[in-house]
Amino acid sequence: MSTTYGRTVNTGPVVAGGAGTARVVRRRAGRPHYRMRRYGMEALAVAFGVVIAVWSLLPIYNMVIIALDSHDDVFSGAIWPEHPSLESFRVVITEDFWYLARFWHQFGNSFYVGLTVMFLTLAIGSLASFTVSRMRMRYSWMLSNAALMTYVIPASFLAIPMYRIMQIYGLSNSLWSVILALTTFATPYAIFIFTQYSSSIPIELDESARIDGATPWQIYFRIYLPLMAPALVAVGTYALLLAWNEYLYNFLLLSTPDSMTVAVALAQFLNSDESPWNFMMATAIIYAMPPIILYYGFRRYMAAGLTMGGVKG
Amino acid sequence: MSVSQTIGGVTAGRRARSTWFRGLHGADYVWAIAFAVPYVALFLAFVVYPICYGLWLGSDPELYAQLFADPRYFTAVINTLIYVGVGVNLKMFLAFMLSGFFMRKRGWVKALLVVFILPWATPALPAYISIHWLMNGQWGMFNNILWLLFDIDGPVYLNSHWMGLACNIGAYVWKNLPFWTVILLAGRMSIPQELYEAAAVDGATGMRKFFHVTYPLMANLYLVCILLDTVFALGDFNATTFVSGGGPAMSTEVLATLGIRYAYTVALPRLGVAEVMTALPVLIPLVYILMRKLRVSEGQL
Repeated sequence: MSTTYGRTVNTGPVVAGGAGTARVVRRRAGRPHYRMRRYGMEALAVAFGVVIAVWSLLPIYNMVIIALDSHDDVFSGAIWPEHPSLESFRVVITEDFWYLARFWHQFGNSFYVGLTVMFLTLAIGSLASFTVSRMRMRYSWMLSNAALMTYVIPASFLAIPMYRIMQIYGLSNSLWSVILALTTFATPYAIFIFTQYSSSIPIELDESARIDGATPWQIYFRIYLPLMAPALVAVGTYALLLAWNEYLYNFLLLSTPDSMTVAVALAQFLNSDESPWNFMMATAIIYAMPPIILYYGFRRYMAAGLTMGGVKG
Repeated sequence: MSVSQTIGGVTAGRRARSTWFRGLHGADYVWAIAFAVPYVALFLAFVVYPICYGLWLGSDPELYAQLFADPRYFTAVINTLIYVGVGVNLKMFLAFMLSGFFMRKRGWVKALLVVFILPWATPALPAYISIHWLMNGQWGMFNNILWLLFDIDGPVYLNSHWMGLACNIGAYVWKNLPFWTVILLAGRMSIPQELYEAAAVDGATGMRKFFHVTYPLMANLYLVCILLDTVFALGDFNATTFVSGGGPAMSTEVLATLGIRYAYTVALPRLGVAEVMTALPVLIPLVYILMRKLRVSEGQL
């Protein structure tokens, strides 16, 4: 093909016809080539997709396999257990092991902490964001700046002074110490997202309500909150996931079996080398279920709500 | 028009940001203050007070002499630098590439995204414990798979400083990659299609579209994500605690875990606070830049 092309360039008068044929030839030869390349790209993409799927699922698969192992098989590391059984799930559910003696109570504690953190974060965050973004009180920007600052202080760096302060407040070994600490770390993000999101709600709605004689509380409760629903769902899920992921504060602030959350109970297994790991993994799977269900239930809102403020105008 | 304005939609935001009809009056101020009180109270009681208390706890210069004399501290500093430097940059680069991959409009790619999110929805603790067992040298599944597929006898990962640290970083990347991919994906989706069409009319192809449209528009978002994640990674406690456990012989400890170990295993809370405080010279400028960036771009996250 290149020779054809070269000749057409060299021989003056034949240029038009020559170039034309060259182009036809090239297109005919090129089409299957192009298709091959596209199939190649698609195959590459599929291969890449398989790698991503394996990468994402391997640790989770490992968790399930260890939970299905019977006690003697735990250390075989088999890719599929020889005698898969649901025995370890039965043990967890019936609290049939001494580490798990208070499992359902601790599960309830985790729920209590998670839901309370969620509720408080939504309430405190939305109230503060209403002052900042709707009422726009003078100096309220300082509030959002302070919130941003907290958002970027690592929680683990504040753990030691926080532990002492909870003792001063008389909250040691109380679930409320964890709830308040986690709310503190979840609220700044909530304020941030709410402030962003509320700029998409027309301020004229507030004004017309005011002309009709509504108090700020009524505007907040009847206009602001309903319109903020997607952001509330997204931030609520975020707060619950944050509480569910948290270990350090649970570990430091809660010590008796009755006040523990599942996170602390799970980590107890690690204190001994002889622990029944299949029981631990079964506990871990049961513990992992609520956030996964919640996340996939609200997935539609999550991406929209969490990035809405910034990314969509 | 700056990047942030295009992606952040700030232009739309600014217009809507007028005050209430004729501003606030008498009783409104009471309401406004009342609405802010819960957060201010929380902030004073659980942020300002602990910070001041921490500054007081770590104010003794002798603590720092004690700290700098401890070789474990220097190991932890180097580990933290590697952990944050490699973990954050590797993750963001992967997330950026993956966000491009997930832009493909195929059914199976959408399905894959659902699977891909799973690590983020899984609670940290079970996930990290599972990775700990996965990488176990003697009976971990990872070495078993290597053995079955390639006949290789894998090393004992968590018994070596470097491989232990690599496992911690890998676990941290595994857990957080989906979140940042979704954020960057949303950023990519918000780039108007017209820009690509205009570039195509001007003769731009794949690479050029990337370097002249995608890259300049995403640069700011990318930077904000890097900065935010640097702060998050600096304070990450769970991955190191549960994957390598700080071992072998405390050689993979990072600042966040070593501080807690000083305070609760060795019972020297003041030393722990001092140790964490040594991160402040890095943390404060970071937070300052972030606050400015987030305010300018009106928040990408």
